[in-house]
Parts: sequence; structure tokens; C-alpha cells
Amino acid sequence: MMEHATTLSIAQPTTLLPLTFLLPLVGTLILAFSRGQLSYRASATVGTASIGLAALTTAALALGFAAAGPQQLTLWTWIAVGDFTPGISLALDGLSLTMLGVITGVGFFIHLFAAWYMRGEDGITRFYTYMNLFVFSMVLLVLGDNLLLLFLGWEGVGLCSYLLIGYYYTHSANGWAGFKAFVITRIGDVFLALGMFLLFTRLGTLNIAEILELAPQAWQAGDTTVELAAFLLLGGAMGKSAQLPLHTWLADAMAGPTPVSALIHAATMVTAGVYLIARMHGIFELAPTALYVTGVIGALTLLMAGFAALAQTDIKRVLAYSTMSQIGYMFLALGVGAYDTAIFHLMTHAFFKALLFLSAGAVIISCHHEQDMRRLGGLWRKLPLPYAGFMVGGAALAALPLISAGFYSKDEILWQALAADQQGLLIAGLVGALLTSLYTLRLIIGTFHGTAKSDNARHAETGRGLAHGLPLVVLAGLSTFVGAWITPPLAEVLPAGPGDATHVGHSSLELLAAATALGGMALGVWLFGLRRGWLRLANRGPGAGLWHLWHHAWGFDLVFDWTLVRPYRLTVWLLKSDLFDGLFRLLARLVRLLHLGLSRTQSGRVRGYAITMVAGVALILLSLALVIQGT
Amino acid sequence: MNGVPMEHGLVLAAVLFALGLGGLMFRRNMIFVLMSLEVMLNAAGLAFIVAGTGWQQPEGQAMFLLVITLAAAEASVGLALLIQLYHRFRTLNLDVASRMRG
Repeated sequence: MMEHATTLSIAQPTTLLPLTFLLPLVGTLILAFSRGQLSYRASATVGTASIGLAALTTAALALGFAAAGPQQLTLWTWIAVGDFTPGISLALDGLSLTMLGVITGVGFFIHLFAAWYMRGEDGITRFYTYMNLFVFSMVLLVLGDNLLLLFLGWEGVGLCSYLLIGYYYTHSANGWAGFKAFVITRIGDVFLALGMFLLFTRLGTLNIAEILELAPQAWQAGDTTVELAAFLLLGGAMGKSAQLPLHTWLADAMAGPTPVSALIHAATMVTAGVYLIARMHGIFELAPTALYVTGVIGALTLLMAGFAALAQTDIKRVLAYSTMSQIGYMFLALGVGAYDTAIFHLMTHAFFKALLFLSAGAVIISCHHEQDMRRLGGLWRKLPLPYAGFMVGGAALAALPLISAGFYSKDEILWQALAADQQGLLIAGLVGALLTSLYTLRLIIGTFHGTAKSDNARHAETGRGLAHGLPLVVLAGLSTFVGAWITPPLAEVLPAGPGDATHVGHSSLELLAAATALGGMALGVWLFGLRRGWLRLANRGPGAGLWHLWHHAWGFDLVFDWTLVRPYRLTVWLLKSDLFDGLFRLLARLVRLLHLGLSRTQSGRVRGYAITMVAGVALILLSLALVIQGT
Repeated sequence: MNGVPMEHGLVLAAVLFALGLGGLMFRRNMIFVLMSLEVMLNAAGLAFIVAGTGWQQPEGQAMFLLVITLAAAEASVGLALLIQLYHRFRTLNLDVASRMRG
């Protein structure tokens, strides 16, 4: 297979492949070395054009891919230590092409939208530098043909995420949010690194294709070592993809600018965990327990985040929890062995979640940085384009049957769960679908309907211009059934899911899923649109308790604070004055005391010195006399 | 000279040396300190003479010449210091000049 690809790639314009990450890198370097000399327009142009050209390159690659299939390209050897020679080598197959399309395509529209969103902000050059660096790292992550290069991209996107969450650095809370994201994802990264070490010590290579080839020869299915390796990889994926229990950073990550939330914390970086598991599917196939746990974690996360999203008032936090929930669906699909379905949902989710975030960004800017639903409302007449974006994106999120992209991918996930005979996961998915419809309706009605509840909402300014309109229109188009027509070419890369062979009962499940989504929407309209008085239940009694619990996302932050952060700080405080330091401090004090005593003898008086000398001489003579007498 | 035993001469030298040492240690006035030093040097010279005579050796005499030279040099330096002390402090009290303390 590989050799086949190599021979074909000679005929291919392989020189195009490095451009996908070199263009964002060049953009980063130009912006980084301009030292703030570029104007707003020039910064935005450089930042957007580099990603646009990368997207065009990707389109050319996709055309070449359709004709010639996968290709592989080794640029140079990165490190050479004995047999260990990981290269800067790229592999383009159906999976990485799909990811590449999402990163550069959706990324380009988000960069374009940011040119409108960031008007009048300080440090636009810094913003576009980090954004281009992010795209560069993310492209390396998906194109790397060995785990080391993947890890380089993995850490690079983590860094950019940290930098961009803390973009508005004048508020310390934003800095802490970035700090939290960095630390928590680092926990996952340690697991990933350990998994890489384990695979390398056992298989002697970090090349992904070789690992997938060697693993079935080295291990039986269910072997403890391979289970451990799979669990370690899963740990890395959980940290990056904000799955239970490493999910708490994502909601706080909304402190960054909204285009950042759209690109990094919805469309691309947080789905890197899904990509990792799909990429290493050969390991997970050998580890049924780890695979099952993946599905369970996905199901738990989608339910937890679904409830939490119901009780948020900040529109970006609603979207953050819905992102966690949707990635939970992807993990669920991975858990039942339907890797291609997970990647399909990843793609449609990137479209509609980017659309939702950009629409939310349009609302936030139009309403003078107001993003609390309790102070918005009644905007649909003034902001028709963001409203349409929310409607289309929300329909895809809630999986409105037939016309939305989300329906096709989510329905496929539920079908795969049923075909894999995982009833528990299926029920979790259906309950999650109901929750999704509810919080989506609550979000749209709370933001766009009813009466405007603040001056900021009453004096909303309609967004204008190409940079504002084009991304919303294109992403809205992709969020409908048009997006679902794009079939990722995954058949060669990933094994078929359990539901690909048979279709017995598929249509009845489709009906059930459609009924759940529609029922949820009807319930949402009734609850949040028509019977608003009913919501006062959330203000008192058990309703208020539930609201409080869900508003704080089941209190995970509090639990971690008390079980990890506070004990850690206590330990640090205790160790600050430790025993051994005290010992050395005592020694220092003794020396100082002796010094003080000796310096006293330097009185400056000649008579004193004479007396001391005479006494010393007398002492020496006396002792000499005694010694002589002794012998 | 033969009538005086060597021990007597040495005891006299030791007593003179002890007196000089006492003066050196306990006198504050610099003139007395210098005089005590002279007494000590002469006590040492006396011990050389007594020992040289007792053992019928010429080196004792030679050493005394050396001691006299030394004493002269010491006296000149000492008196120069004394004049400087008086210039600076208008007193001959040695304890006043104690600024070089640790």
C-alpha cells in the first residue's frame, strides 16, 4: 500500500504538500517580525491570505488525491539516534485530507470573519500571528506520519490555545483561564507522551503506519500492554478534547476572542483527540476495554455537558458546553468502533459550530460586547444574518431531520451504537439529542426573541461588509444538507463501522431520532417561548438547586479545587519552611555568631593586642612546659 | 664578675623584662610604653651579656651590639609615631587611637 503510494506520488505534484504548513508559517513569521509596524488592514490581509492560500493548496491536493490516492513525503530526517530516525515526513491520506480541509477551509472563513470582529482591538498583529501559528501547528499535527511530529503539532496548538485564551491580558481572569487550560491539557499530554514511550519501547518505532502494522503481530487482542497503551492515548485525547474529567478548562477558555473560540475551541483543536484515536484505531481495535471506556466517557460527557448547557446564561458558555457534548458524541462513535462516523460528525460539527460561534460573535460585537442572554433578546429583526446563522447552525446542532448536516452525522452515530448492540450508549445518545434540542431552542429564543433587556441590545448595530457576511453565508450553506453531501474518503484508512454492513432497523431508528429531535424542539418552544412563567421554578425550591448545580456544571471545579488545588497549595505552603532548610539556616546563624565574637577582639587598642599576645605566648609556653614535663 | 653567679644576672634580666612587659601592657601614655620597650630590649641585652660572660663566649657581646642598634631604630620610629599621635589627637593616650577596630 505504502509503496504503491510512493510510486504514484512521483507523478504527483508533491511539492504542493509542504505548502499547507509553510504558508501559515510564513504568515506567522512576517507578522511576528513586523514588530507592530503593520497597519490593521495589512495584518489582517497577511493573516487571512496565508490561510486562504493554504486552503487553495488543500483544494488542489484534494483534486490530486481523487486522481492518484494517498501520498507520502519525507522532507528531512529530524533526529537520528541509532535506529530511531523520526523524520519531518508528511502523509496525506483520506483522514488527514479531511482534517486538512476542515482546518484550512473553516479556518480561512474564521480568519476572514476575525478581520471584521477584531476591528478597533489592540494588538491585531499579535492576534493573527498566534492564529497563523495555530494553523501551522494543527496542519503538522494531522499531516505528521509519526507520533513525534504529531506531538510537536499537539503541543503547538496547546501553546496557541493558551496564548489566545489570554489574548485580552489586561484582565487577570483571562490569564488564569489560559493558565487553567494549559495545565489541564498538559495532564492529558503527559498521558500521550507516556503512551508514545510505551509504544516505542515495545515496537521500536514511532511511525504510525508501522505501529498499526506491527501491533497485531506483537499483541493479542485484550493484551494488558496494548490496553495500557490505548488508555494512555485515550488520556491524551480526553485532555485535548475536553472530555470527563478533564473538561473543566473549555468553558473558561471562552475568555478569548470569539473567532478563537470558533477555530480552536470548537472546530479544530478540541477535535484533535478524536483524530488521534481514529488515527491510532489499530491500537484501540486490540484493546476492547479501552475502546468501551472511550464510548462510556463520551456518553457521560455528552449528558453532563447537555445538562450544564441548559443552565448557562452566557451565550458563549452555552456553545462551549454544547461543544463538549458534541465531542462526546464523537467519542461515543469511536467507542462503538465507528471511526469514519466520528470523523464525519467532526466535519459537520466543525461547520455548524463555527457558524454558531461566528454568529454569536456577530451578536456580541453588534450589541457592544454584551454576551449575557439575560440582557439580550428581541434581536432577530435588527440582526437578520446572525439570526439566520443561529437558525441554520442551531438546526444542525439539534439535528433537524433531512435539511441539516447535523442530522445525517448524528443519526449515523446513533445507528452505529445500535448496530454495535450498545443499548446504554444509544439511550444516552437519544437523551443527549433531546437535551441538545432544548438548550439550542433556549439559546435562540433567549437571544433573538422576546424583548430587548438592556440598552446594549436595544441599540444593536447591524454588521456590514464582506468579512462579516461571507463566512456566515458559506458556513450556513455547509451546515445544511449540502455539508452532509461531502463524503470524507475514509474507506481506505479506517475500518468499517459495525452498522455499515446491515441496515435492518435503520429506518425505524432514524424515525426515533427525528422524533426525539423534533419533540425536543417542540418542548423547547413550549417551555422557553410560550410558557415563560414556568421557568420561575428555577428560582426556588429544588428547581433552584438543580439550576445552581447545572449552572456550575455539576460542581467539577469545586471538587477539583478541594481535592487537588487546595491540598497542593497546602503542601507547597508546608514545604516552604522545611526541616533541612532549617538545619542549614542554623549553620549560617552559628557562623554569624562566631564572626560577631571574633570581630569584637579587633578592638583597635594597641594595649589590648599586647595583652592578648602576651597571654597567647604565656599559654604556648605553659603548654610546652607541660608537654616537656610529661615526656 | 666571677663573683656573681649567672643565675642572679638572669633573674635580674627576667625581672627587668617583666617590669617592661607590665609597663607595655598597662601604661596608657605612649612615652612610658616606649620606655617599657627600651627596658625590655635592655633586659634581653643583659641576658645575652650574662650568658656570654658565664660561658666565656664572644657572641653575647655581638648580640648586644645588635640589640643596641635595634633599640636605636625602634626609638626613632617610635618617637616619630609619638609626634604624629600628638599632632592628630593632642594627647599621648594610646587608647584614643583605636579607630581600626573590627
